[in-house]
Order: sequence, then C-alpha cells, then structure tokens
Amino acid sequence: MIRAVIVMNTQGKPRLLKFYEFQPPEKQHELTRSVFAVLSGRPDNVSNFVEADAIFGPGTRLVYKHLATLYFVFVFDSCENELAMLDLIQVLVETLDRCFKNVCELDIVFNFNKMHTILDEIIFGGQVLETSSERVLKAVEEISRLEKSSSSVSFVPKSVSGRFGR
Amino acid sequence: MEQLKTIGRELAMGSQGGGWTGQSKEFLDLVKSIGEARSKAEEDRIILREIDSLRRRIAEPDVPRRRMKEYIIRLVYAEMLGHDASFGYIHAVKMTHDDSLSLKRTGYLAVTLFLSDDHDLIILIVNTIQKDLRSDNYLIVCTALTAACKLINEETIPAVLPQVVDLLAHPKEAVRKKAVMALHRFYQRSPASVSHLISYFRKRLCDNDPGVMGATLFPLFDLITADVNSYKDLVISFVSILKQVAERRLPKAYDYHQMPAPFIQIKLLKILALLGSGDKQASGHIYNVLGDIFRKCESSSNIGNAVLYECICCVSSIYPNAKVLDAAAESTSKFLKSDSHNLKYMGIDALGRLIKINPDIAEEHQLAVIDCLEDPDDTLKRKTFELLYKMTKSTNVEVIVDRMIDYMISINDNHYKTEIASRCVELAEQFAPSNQWFIQTMNKVFEHAGDLLNVRVAHNLMRLIAEGFGEDDEGADSQLRSSAVNSYLRILGEPKLPSLFLQVICWVLGEYGTADGKYSASYIIGKLCDVTEAHLCNDTVKAYSISAIMKICAFEITAGRNVEMLPECQSLIDELSASHSTDLQQRAYELQALLCLDSQAVESVMPLDASCEDIEFDGNLSFLNSFVQQSIEKGARPYIPESERSGTFSVSNYNSQYQHEASSHTLRFEAYELPKPSPTPATPQISVSTRTTDLVPVPETTYYYTENNQASKLPPVSDASSADHGIKLHLDGVQKKWGRPTYSSSSSSTSSEKKTNGVTRIDGVSSQSRGTLYDSKGQQSEVSAEKQKLAASLFGASAGKTEKKLASTQRAPKATTAIAERPGVTRAVSPEISKQKAASSPPPDLLDLGEPITTTTPTIDPFEQLEGLIGPTPGPSTLDNSVTTSEQKAPDLMTLYTDTPPSSSSSISSALGDIHSADKNSQMAKNVPSVKKGPNPQDSLQKDATARHVGVTPTGNNPNLFRDLLG
Repeated sequence: MIRAVIVMNTQGKPRLLKFYEFQPPEKQHELTRSVFAVLSGRPDNVSNFVEADAIFGPGTRLVYKHLATLYFVFVFDSCENELAMLDLIQVLVETLDRCFKNVCELDIVFNFNKMHTILDEIIFGGQVLETSSERVLKAVEEISRLEKSSSSVSFVPKSVSGRFGR
Repeated sequence: MEQLKTIGRELAMGSQGGGWTGQSKEFLDLVKSIGEARSKAEEDRIILREIDSLRRRIAEPDVPRRRMKEYIIRLVYAEMLGHDASFGYIHAVKMTHDDSLSLKRTGYLAVTLFLSDDHDLIILIVNTIQKDLRSDNYLIVCTALTAACKLINEETIPAVLPQVVDLLAHPKEAVRKKAVMALHRFYQRSPASVSHLISYFRKRLCDNDPGVMGATLFPLFDLITADVNSYKDLVISFVSILKQVAERRLPKAYDYHQMPAPFIQIKLLKILALLGSGDKQASGHIYNVLGDIFRKCESSSNIGNAVLYECICCVSSIYPNAKVLDAAAESTSKFLKSDSHNLKYMGIDALGRLIKINPDIAEEHQLAVIDCLEDPDDTLKRKTFELLYKMTKSTNVEVIVDRMIDYMISINDNHYKTEIASRCVELAEQFAPSNQWFIQTMNKVFEHAGDLLNVRVAHNLMRLIAEGFGEDDEGADSQLRSSAVNSYLRILGEPKLPSLFLQVICWVLGEYGTADGKYSASYIIGKLCDVTEAHLCNDTVKAYSISAIMKICAFEITAGRNVEMLPECQSLIDELSASHSTDLQQRAYELQALLCLDSQAVESVMPLDASCEDIEFDGNLSFLNSFVQQSIEKGARPYIPESERSGTFSVSNYNSQYQHEASSHTLRFEAYELPKPSPTPATPQISVSTRTTDLVPVPETTYYYTENNQASKLPPVSDASSADHGIKLHLDGVQKKWGRPTYSSSSSSTSSEKKTNGVTRIDGVSSQSRGTLYDSKGQQSEVSAEKQKLAASLFGASAGKTEKKLASTQRAPKATTAIAERPGVTRAVSPEISKQKAASSPPPDLLDLGEPITTTTPTIDPFEQLEGLIGPTPGPSTLDNSVTTSEQKAPDLMTLYTDTPPSSSSSISSALGDIHSADKNSQMAKNVPSVKKGPNPQDSLQKDATARHVGVTPTGNNPNLFRDLLG
C-alpha cells in the first residue's frame, strides 16, 4: 500500500503531507526532513526511485518527481509497482494542473485543503482509487459545486474564477 | 530569492484575478512571511506567534462558522510545519457535526490529519460518521467513508460496519468502490472483525462496474497473500478478467495513456503471481494471457513498462514455462538496454527474479549489469549489488565481496552500510574460497564497519578461528590462526579501529598470539598493552585485553618459562586495579594472583587452547562439601534454604512447569486478551497446542494470533518446549551456513558444499582474474576490457555465452607465466586437496547444489560455433542441438583452472592446445556482439583474450551435460 504522499519544495518546506498510517506531527516533520536530505543529494538524470528502508522501515521505497520548485514524493511498500507509482504522480500533477490551470507552488500552498480533496479522490486509504485525471476532476468539481450551493463559503478554482473574471 | 520573486508576482496576480478567494488576507500574509523567513528559527517564531493568536481567537465565544473554518485550516497548516496544534482538535471535531458540506469536509479533513486512530476524541466522531454514512447526499457518504478509513480503529469497527456493508449495494459506483476499500481497510486493521464478510469481496468481483471490480482486487490480494489455497478456484476468473482487460473490452474511460486499465492489470498480475506460485496446474491457465500481454503491451510508455515488469514478476513467481520465460527475458533485456535509469532499475530487479529460475539469463547482460554497478545513480547501484548478492557463488564471491566492500567504504549512510557489511559477512562465511581470504575480508569489514555490526558477528568470527572450519585438519586450522594473528598484528598499527574489532583482535592474540612460536610473549603482551593506550577504547576492550594478557602469561608459566613483567603492562595492571569498573578490577587482580601461582595450578586454571572445551558447572558446589562438613563439626550453623526460612515467600520450590501459574497470580498490568475463536487451553498444555499448529496447516493469521497470546501470557523462560518451537518455526527456510549457523537468512548451501568451497580450484580462477583485473590500469582504451574482465569474473562460472570472444592465441606463453605468477594465496591453502582434485578432476560444480543449472554448464567454450549456428540471441533451450566439442575438454580445462601443481602441467598444455584449436576456428572479429563500449574494441578483445588464456574465466558450457539435461 501507499504509506505517504509528500509534496515539498526544493528548499525542503512541506507543502502537503499525507500519511496513511498515523504519524505524530514531530515524526512527520522528521520524516520529511530525511526524505528531503535524500532527494536533495541526488543528481539530475538518475532514476526516480529511492529505497527508503532507512527512513520508513524495511521494504519501503519511494518514487519522486521533481517539477519546477516542487518534489512530489510517494512512499509505498513492496505491494506496489514503482513505474506505476510514477504514473500516479503524473495523474496527481495532471489533475492539479487542470484544476489550477498551470499549477504553481503558490496554488498548492494556498489551496492545500483542495489538494487533499484531489488526493482523496486518487488514493483512498493507501490504495489507488482512480487514475483518470478527468474523472478525478469531475468528482472534485462536483464537490466544489455542492459546497458552494450549501454554504456561502466556497472554493472557486482559479480556472473557473479566471473565466468569470475576464 | 528566486522563489520570493515568484511569490511576489503570484500575489500580485492573486489580488487582481480571483485566485484564492477562500482564504483571508491573514492567511496569505502568514504564508508569505513564512516564505520570506530566512532561517528555521525565524520561521518557527512566526508559526508560534500564529499559533498563539489562533489559540486565543479560537476560544472566543461565537466565532462565525466561516471564520472557524479558516482557523482550522491554519491549524492544519501549522501542524504540517511540525508544530503542535492540539488545542484546536476539539474544534475540528465539532466542525464535523456541521450541516454545511463545506464545513463538514474541512472538519473531517482536519480530524483525519490531526488524530491517530486511538485518540480519545475518536469516540466523539464515531456517531457523526455513523450518521453521515446514512446520508442521502452521496458526497457526504464518501467523505464519511474516507474519514472512517483513517479514524476507525479495531474497537469502533463494529459501530460502523453495518452501514458500510449496506453501502456495498449503493446505486452510485463511486460509493460502492469506496465502501469496498473501506472494508479492506477494516480488514487490514483487524482481520477478525470482518472475517464473516469475505464472501462479499468475492461477490463484488462480479460488480458490473469495472471500477468496483478493480477495488475488490485490493482486499482479495491481501486475503490471497494470507491464504493462497482457499482462492485457487478464482484463478480462472482472474485470468478471464485479465484477458478481457488486455483485449480492451473495458470502456474507453478506463484507458490510461492508451493502456487499458493498467492498474487493474497490475493488481491482477500480482494476484496471479501469488496463485500460480509453485502450482503447475494454476500456472497452466496463466501462460496464455501472459503471452498475450507480452505481445501486445507497448513498451514505449511508462505505464506499459510497468505492466510488462509486473508480467516478468508473475513469470518468475509461477511454475516456469519456457515460452513465457523467453518473453520475460526479452522484455528484461529491453529494460536493461534502455537509456532510462528507471527502466534499468526495473531491469536489474527483473533480472534478479529471473535468475532464480534460469541463471543463464544473466550472462547475456553482464556488461549492462556492470554499467549499472558503476552508474552515478545510487539507487541503481544498490539494486545491482542486491542482484550480485543473489547470484554469488563460490566462483565469483571474491570479486563481488571486494566490490561490495569498496562500496561500503565509500558510503556514509549507516543503515545501508550495516546492511551491506552483514551481507559481506554472510557471503564470506558461506562461500569463502580460502581461509586467508576469509580472514582478510573479515578484517576489512570490521575495520570499516565494525561499530555497525552485530556483536554476534564478532563472536562468530572468534568461534570460527577457534574451532577451525569443521574439517579435521589441525594443520589448516593452526595456519588459519597464525595468519589471523599476523594480520591482526599488522592492523594494530592503524590509528583508529572499531571497538568490536579490537575485541576480536585481543581475544585472538590472547588465545593464539604465541601459539606458533613466531612471536615472543612479551611482544604480544606489549601489543596488547598498546591496544588499551593507543586506541581510545572502552571497558569491554580493556577487559578483553587484560584477559588476553592473562592467557599469554598463563601459557608462558605453563610452558615453564619465566614471565617478565613489562613496565607498561605493570602500569596497565595498576591502572585497572584502580578502575571504576569492578569487572576490570577483578580481572586485574586475577592476573596478579595468577602470576604468583606455580605452573601446575596455572595450567589447571588456564589450560592451553581450551576455548572450545565445554565447561562443566557444578551447581551444587559439591567440592565444598567437606569444608562445610568440617565447619559444621566445628559448630557453625547449618545453611537453611531460603524457602524453609520462616516468613519468606518464595517461588523457587515450585516446579518449573508451574512457574507461569505462579506468575499469573500476581497483578497483571497488560490488557486482557480479546476473546479468541478457539479457547486457549490451560497453561500447561500450551506447548502441546503449539505442536499441533505446527503440524496442521492452519491459516497464518490465526496462527500468529495464538502465538502472540502465548507470548504475552507466559513468562518467556517458563516453557522451554514452546520456545523451542517458536524458534524452529521462525527459522523455517533458513539453511545451514558454511561454518556454523549464523543469524542471517536466505541463500542456500549444504554441508557437502563446505568441502568444495574452501578448495582451491575455483578459487584459483577468480583470484587470478582479480590479479589481471588490477594489472590493467590506466589507459582509457582498456575501459571496456576491464569491464569485460569484471563481467567474466562475475558471471564466469556459469557463463560461456559471452565468453566466446576468445581472441587469437599468440599469448600462450604469457599464459603460463601468469599462472606461475599467480598469488601464492591459493596455493598455500591446501595443496593436497587441490592435487587430489586435479587427479580426479570431477566436473566442477556438481557439488554446488545451490545452483542446479550451473552444473550443466561448467567450463568449455564452444560459443563461436554456437553463435555461427544460431544467431545473436540463443536461448538456453536451443543450445543443446548445436554444440559438439570434445568431451575431454571439460576436465582438462578444469585442471587448468585448478591450482596447477607441477604434476598437472601436462594437462594444462593439452588444455591450452584445445583452446588454440577452438580459437582458430572462430572468426573473432565477426562474433563480438556485446563489445559495444570502449573506443577500441580490437584492443579490448585482445586484453580479454589474454585474460582468458591466463585463466580468468572457466569458459564455456559443457555441451554434453546440456544435451543430457535438455535434449
């Protein structure tokens, strides 16, 4: 199963932490730091895989993708396939990109609760739930729509608001 | 700075065009100031200030709900940055009760991130989750399911289980899917709580929505992992599902990058790998669909390769079939030849799986593997070392362990250092070709990773040195010891040594330092004193050192020689007798006392080389009986056993088997066990019940369950037989190692192998190869030659395929000289044995039971001919019908590779003759498919050829063996 999803920037600041087995905040922080230490030491043009048993316990591996100023990291155990996880990162990023229209770090900082919503549609309890970014997006939009109608507080994705703004 | 600019720009954009309408200015400011923080301390200050203000404001009465939502989000943010926000948990819990979907979702998000599943507040949420699971709004249901996944623990599962089960029939497939996955999660938490629902998973496999079917695969995978046999009936269904998916029968919406539902395919392949493992019948159903996928699957996309890789895993796990194995090997070679590091990594991993079935597959890729070994990518390197570890055998152990040690020295990561060090130790113990090599290797490992190693490794080494290698050859043993002593004395010159290594050194010097008479006692004692001074060592090392000195002194006194006390030794004794450690004090005083005894007394106190003798304890102290008798006669009071004294309570007179009963009378602080499906028998019978679980194939889960319970119930010492059983069970599959049983696992070796391992023949081959490998240094043009040599020495024994690049043969004279030059190590080991071997010259690897295939392909080099007949990539199955070479060849070559004492020189020349003739037939320039790198292939080939003639590689296959086996 997938143990954790970590998004952090290239300075090691966490942007999104989701652990599918509970970890207390200090521990989360420590884990993030060790992951960052490993990733920042890796040169470009090498594989996207790292064996992480020193950090997360025996048999765990992580797959990461370095995009612009962000690292997307998935931590998982031997029941998953590295290449497939790499594609799952792709799904997440594609969805974010569609949702925020040219996603950048700031979108993620300010809308990390939205990002959690998206992630919950892709990964459920540590298992892959959905891999079509289109359907993820549809689900997320439906949630936003209902949230909007049920309450005055709303999250309008940049894409939508941008369209109305012009 | 770069980042700050972006932030500034983005903020400007945000204020213009919409952007983050949900958040207030304050939150934006917070994020911005954190982004601008120059140090961790500054960031912490900002967050702490934020938390303080939140703590105040959140507690104010009548915070508007919308405000509250933002506070909660800010708390989540603060906690993400590693700060405690526990004061806000209760507010998050309250927010889950809210009617508004938006607030409810925020509340759930916060609690799933904040709370562990055993937090006290969970109980307040269970009710809400229950209610939300029944909601009409399916989005609320989904949210509640997500939260249930994270928050519901073993105790609260029953509270929500009925609702979740009801949702399995929900009209919305998204809900059904999540309900299945939530049940899976419950199963992971506590298998017992949903054990009655397993049939639901089977049923949902037939759900008409493919997504729900896909979700069902997760719990089924877990269930099958736990108990394969109950699900064999599903093989056909899984195969047919996989077939349909692969044939694109699913709706287009399930395609991902032109691949039909790849994640479902991967999961199905994983399940089939489990079901087909070691089951010929089940595997029979699987071959076809695997072949289809291999044919159809695109290897251009990442996800296509993921599926292919999963197929390879499946092939390597199920009952072998030549056809799919070939397809798997082909895909593997595509991975390895790819430029992408990711694919190379997968290729190395796949190779590691496939060589378990057919070791020959590795040969084709030796150069690729060596490239990976030298790759800058650490992940790839480690994976490659793992592969090498898997394919280590007595012929290539030296090269591999040398490489591993070099790498071990180069890295700083202690975790991996420890792992690789213990692997080196394991391989060395298992395959060591000679005692000297073993000692040297262990020295290197201890020197560089000594502090990371388990103490047991050191004890093991000492015991190996003390007991020898199991052969009844005193000469070899004492040779081993003196070589150990020599090397340790040399190493003691090094500035800094790990304490564990110093302990070993002290012990060995004490036992055997003076055994061969080469070194005087005072020299050794001087060295031992240096140990305590030169190295900043701890008390343990000091204790080892002083005990070693005591032993040396004792041996001297026994031998009737005078012990002159060196001044530094005297000062050491003085220092230790004033030590804070009572242990050290005692040892120092003991040494002083020993020095005053006469030789007979000393001999009985400290017999020579008695470390392997069993010491008998006389627990009753019967030798004191007469003394006691005398004292009583003189009027001393007799001893009253503790139990008979009045007023004292003792359990010591209980029989041991009642001891745990006694302990169960005392207070218990751990929780009571949960009620179990099968009632636990009364304590005395427990060992019996363990025995039955041992015999009867009980599902694994229940087995562990009972085991745990026992562990918690019994004091560990009370029931020896059950403990025995525990150990025996856990060691399942761990074979006996070379030397003696060790703590490590995996890998095969039999006791019969022991004899072949230490013997020189094979060893000669690879140590030579090492020599030549290191000889050729410098020049760039030799890079590829070096690689090939390395390849040859790694893959040598079972190789033969790539070794065909034998070049022309003018180098024969050089070959003989090289043989003469060969490091004396191997020759010195046991010439007798090697002579014997040379005389009888059996096929080399027949005793190597660990590698059945290897036995079929030792020595000889018919590859040129092979290649001419078959073409670039001959599979192992095609070998048999083509090759014809002289039968004599194998044994002849074997003698060439043995240690070549003078007696076998005639056979060498004949063997060389054979090679000559073989090579003349070959047109070497033509058939060199694998020389791709290095600027000058010609040159490298010649290098290679010399290496080969010198005997780097036991070349080639034995065609006759092959025919017997495969024909």
